[in-house]
Amino acid sequence: MGQIDFKGKTFEIDEDGFIASFDAWCPEWVDYVKSSEGINELTDEHWQVIHVLQDYYKKHGIAPMVRILTKVTGYKLKYIYELFPSGPGKGACKMAGLPKPTGCV
Amino acid sequence: MALKHATPMLDELEKGPWPSFVSDVKRMAAKGNKMCEDWLGLMELSFKEKEGHWKHGGIVGVFGYGGGVIGRYCDRPDLFPNVAHFHTMRVNQPCSKYYSTGILRKLCDLWEAHGSGLTNMHGSTGDIVLLGTTTDHLEPLFYELTHEFKMDLGGSGSNLRTPEGCLGMSRCEWSCINTQDIIYDLTQEYQDALHRPMFPYKFKFKSSGCPMDCVASIARSDCSIIGTWRDAIRIDQEAVKAYVGGELVPHAGADGPRKDFDIKAEVIDLCPTKCMEYDGKTLKIHTSDCVRCMHCIRVLPRALRPGLDRGATILVGAKAPILEGAQLGSVVIPFIKMESPYTEFKGFVEKMWDWWMEEGKNRERIGETIQRLTLREFLKVVELEPDPRMVNTPRFNPYIFYDPAAVPGGWEHDAAAFRQRHQA
Repeated sequence: MGQIDFKGKTFEIDEDGFIASFDAWCPEWVDYVKSSEGINELTDEHWQVIHVLQDYYKKHGIAPMVRILTKVTGYKLKYIYELFPSGPGKGACKMAGLPKPTGCV
Repeated sequence: MALKHATPMLDELEKGPWPSFVSDVKRMAAKGNKMCEDWLGLMELSFKEKEGHWKHGGIVGVFGYGGGVIGRYCDRPDLFPNVAHFHTMRVNQPCSKYYSTGILRKLCDLWEAHGSGLTNMHGSTGDIVLLGTTTDHLEPLFYELTHEFKMDLGGSGSNLRTPEGCLGMSRCEWSCINTQDIIYDLTQEYQDALHRPMFPYKFKFKSSGCPMDCVASIARSDCSIIGTWRDAIRIDQEAVKAYVGGELVPHAGADGPRKDFDIKAEVIDLCPTKCMEYDGKTLKIHTSDCVRCMHCIRVLPRALRPGLDRGATILVGAKAPILEGAQLGSVVIPFIKMESPYTEFKGFVEKMWDWWMEEGKNRERIGETIQRLTLREFLKVVELEPDPRMVNTPRFNPYIFYDPAAVPGGWEHDAAAFRQRHQA
């Protein structure tokens, strides 16, 4: 676990750069993560993906399956990779402040 | 050169005749490889404490892909700083693993420059496994692999994993299909499904040229493609006589040089369907009863050969025990022609995936989805007719569902009409 300071905020993060607690998420976090995730500027479409992930996580306590994310946002998986080059797990979930994906990855 | 950590327990594993992984890693460490030194120390600690020393999980990768790299961090970076990061990179291998020394030498140079120099040749799914590097090396490694080597990553995560086949027609006289071409073709065709996880869970293809199944596709792949034939086994009667007379050695000598071959005891009587006869002169096989188990062909390879009308049997659903218990693949296509570009087979694959992607629960292998929603439902979506060859035995319980459309009158009944005939 490490700690980073950015724009007056402090974040606990793990080795993979995932935030330690969803409650610590704030828009500055997204700003901090974006460059390491290969994103220059965030568009409304980026934010839509982030909000869908957060709403789903708040309601169900888990991240949605890829199929559900593509259905709800209306974006094909290819387009999600255009928005988040590391993909929905490492890219979008990390920015949205969700816990790190687990299992056979 | 003295190594950094004492490894008394690992040192024991340098004894004995089998190639010692400890000696191999020590040789790397002795060249001044710090990751290897710390890796040995870490292993020794795990041997001593009987506990793993890797942290849980790890999410790293390269841009554009959702898998291919298995992130790993040591839980004692204070003691073993050089393996604080120890990520594994999966590199897609050529089917059946034929190499030139040229490419392997180049790959070793690349890996020693960017990682530990330790490998696994190969992972059980088939990949070349590059064991141990740090996050900052991942993109440069990937750049060189793709630009200089024209090689790509393998699969990991909830996606199509790296397919693999037996060596097939490259050097086996039994191969009924071109496993290498099939595997290469499927790998290329479904690159997107391999690199960007889109499935409910992992999915694997494996292909063997015949029922000997040298890649164990029936046990280790969600979709198993096993070569077979439909016509008669080809018999060379002179060669049969040579086996009986002792000029040829049965099993191609696998039981050592022997002169006591008994064709009746070792072939005719062991045939699972008892469809063979030998009268001392002529070997007969009643093809309609042959299940193509390979036994007679395996014992008498110079005399018996698979038929010429060849194709494959497709089996679906193999998986390891978690969650609902281990499964072997079940026959869903008893026979299909497998010729490039495999259009009919790919049509089946895509129908299967469409259904599983829609119906499969999170982390549910396709074998479990079929178990939950029934083989009957699966056959419907992939547009296959039920066939007696798809079952080992018919069901013994009578809990049989009918389609209401197939039942005269359907499910809607008039209770009042029933009561007119039956008092309450």
